Amino acid sequence: MKRLRAVVLKEVRQVRRDPFSLMMLIALPAFMLVLYGFALNFDVRHVRLAVQDRDMSAASRELVASFTHSSYFDLVATPAAGEDLDALLERRTAWAVLVIPRGYGRDLAAGRASPVQFLLDGADSTTAQTVLGYARALVSEQNASLVAGALARQGRRAEPPLALDPRILFNPELESTQFLVPGLIGFLLMLTAVLSTALSVVREKERGTMEQLRVAPLRTWELILGKTIPYLGISLVATLIILLAARALFGVEIRGPHLDLLVAVLLYLFGALGFGLLISTIANTQAFAFQAGLIASMLPAILLSGFIFQIRIMPVWLQVVTYLVPARYFLVILRGIILKGEGLATYWPQVGALVLYGVATVALASARLARREA
Amino acid sequence: MRVLWRVIVKEFLQIRRDRKMIPVIFVAPIVQITVFGFAVNTDVTNVPTVLVDQDRSASSRELVERFVESGYFEIIGSGERAAEIDRWLVTSQAQLGLVIGQGFGAALASSRPAAVQLIVDGSDAASANVALGYASSVTREFGALVEERRRRAAGAPPVAVGQAVLVPRVFYNPDLKSRWFYVPAVLAMILMVMTMLLSAMGVVREKEIGTMEQLIVTPIRPWQLLVGKLLPFAVIGVFQMILASAVTVFGFGVPLRGSFPLLLGLTTLFILSTLGLGLLVSTLVQNQQQAMMAAVFCAMVPMIYLSGLIFPIANMPPAIQAVTYAIPLRYYAEIIRGVFLRGSGIAVLWPEALTLFLMGIAILTLAALRFRKRLD
Repeated sequence: MKRLRAVVLKEVRQVRRDPFSLMMLIALPAFMLVLYGFALNFDVRHVRLAVQDRDMSAASRELVASFTHSSYFDLVATPAAGEDLDALLERRTAWAVLVIPRGYGRDLAAGRASPVQFLLDGADSTTAQTVLGYARALVSEQNASLVAGALARQGRRAEPPLALDPRILFNPELESTQFLVPGLIGFLLMLTAVLSTALSVVREKERGTMEQLRVAPLRTWELILGKTIPYLGISLVATLIILLAARALFGVEIRGPHLDLLVAVLLYLFGALGFGLLISTIANTQAFAFQAGLIASMLPAILLSGFIFQIRIMPVWLQVVTYLVPARYFLVILRGIILKGEGLATYWPQVGALVLYGVATVALASARLARREA
Repeated sequence: MRVLWRVIVKEFLQIRRDRKMIPVIFVAPIVQITVFGFAVNTDVTNVPTVLVDQDRSASSRELVERFVESGYFEIIGSGERAAEIDRWLVTSQAQLGLVIGQGFGAALASSRPAAVQLIVDGSDAASANVALGYASSVTREFGALVEERRRRAAGAPPVAVGQAVLVPRVFYNPDLKSRWFYVPAVLAMILMVMTMLLSAMGVVREKEIGTMEQLIVTPIRPWQLLVGKLLPFAVIGVFQMILASAVTVFGFGVPLRGSFPLLLGLTTLFILSTLGLGLLVSTLVQNQQQAMMAAVFCAMVPMIYLSGLIFPIANMPPAIQAVTYAIPLRYYAEIIRGVFLRGSGIAVLWPEALTLFLMGIAILTLAALRFRKRLD
């Protein structure tokens, strides 16, 4: 126990002597949360819309108004007939162009269907899909009011349409921030925890102080634990700051039990730190440790964890790969506790996976360290 | 010129000697673009749905069939009561619950107001929104169909009402495949990470090993050292770009509608700024650890999130949109998608190209100035 304390103390001193890195580890995650929390947003508003009204009738103006008065579309251009509409899209002046044909009002008055063209930049498919949804909804609202008007003129009443009654749980306003901020937390913790441990061991190797540690009367587990504990502490402080910032700035409130959240974070950090150690036992240079740490932790935590891209729709072989990404489990738990107000017990498979991951990485890392000592 | 050549040769030798770096440089881009290219997909299909059909009538069965046939929904389970759905949603096994209450069929048949309830896990707002859109269009179409049948059965005269028909024409990505949008983004991301790390580490390493002093006492001019160090990295970057583009086009079927030489040319402009940033980072720090942290936290992560590669810039608050103008990757993102998807040429992309060029020169100059001071 005394030896363990000595290692911890040594590590803490070393961290303190490098205030630059310490600041990076504590202040930056919070700063990044603030910056990116505002930036991460899939809520589509203010779509840049160009309108070419070739009809100029009361009916066409009404349709245009229903688009421009909604909060979804901003009118940015009204190209005259014959103008190059494709160029508007290619130069990104507009994302969508609504083209109302000549004779639109006359067709409607005569009880005929009239095609309204909607040119859409599909490159960003997610945004495009949402925009298309908005446009469809606006047109069908417009049509509903046309039908109601026609029936009223005949002295009849529109029959009640089949209604869809959606009840949205956990995030009723459908703000993407509520979903993305927990993901961001998982990403930031992974990044700082893996990199800090990976680099701290490799640095000792590069400076040659690893030999000194080896000849010191230390057991492997004491060395490992001693090297891990300070970074665990730092990461916990970073987590706390992040959670407070998320609450203050984005209204992301923790609805579930706080203690369960702490346990989940500890388990996750345990695995991340173990992974960092493992990398450091393989790497000899900081450059390699860093590249490996980055490639194996940062990009998967963004792309393979379910943070942004759903795991469910990946090809099966890739889904198998994601089982190796601890952030995958952590995000389910984190979103469950924060958004759904559940406790750890609900997510026992994920908790089990995190425990397994932590034990496996730490065991592998200590096995590798022990073998080198022999 | 000969001196410059020597430095370049030395740098290539050094890269070759680091055995672990070779796979990182050549294999990693291909593996990354393959793995991540498959991962990046936001198409909303087969949304896992739990069904609670309390009506069990012909109408309710038909409605469920419409949901399944649309291809957007997949029934993964069923329950007796609406309350059972919560369990499925809480554990994220399902994202939707479709509840058809008792009397649904009867209400439809007698043209009383009928409703279906949809319980949505809203935590993933983006996909929930799209799924909700699909559900409402399926319901709307079904409702119209039922009404039409009823009217025909009653022999009532059809109401002649003019309707607007929305005819969408989707440009550049007609099937709205999210992969087409994101795979070029992954390509840009990999290119940035690789080139920036190479240049950040290249200089700091010499400092740490102590060979920087040796370089300083040789009769190499600072600019020669700088160009000699960066040029090999630029060559590697362009090479990685070619490899990854091949996977993008042939592996993922993303169309390359513009000119590839143009893309390569504009890529070099982008590499100017990533190499410059890497170099700048390396002049600001003492050891490799700090170099890496600074490169990641101050350059890479912001560039990934604020460039519009994943999260649309238009959705950001104005203050953050202003920040994005300072990010080289923002312009490169426009370029790479412009060339790949829109088939844009230099006539459209020149503002981005010019900005990248100016940024690259500015960053490199700044880095070179700091670099020289240290050499003196």
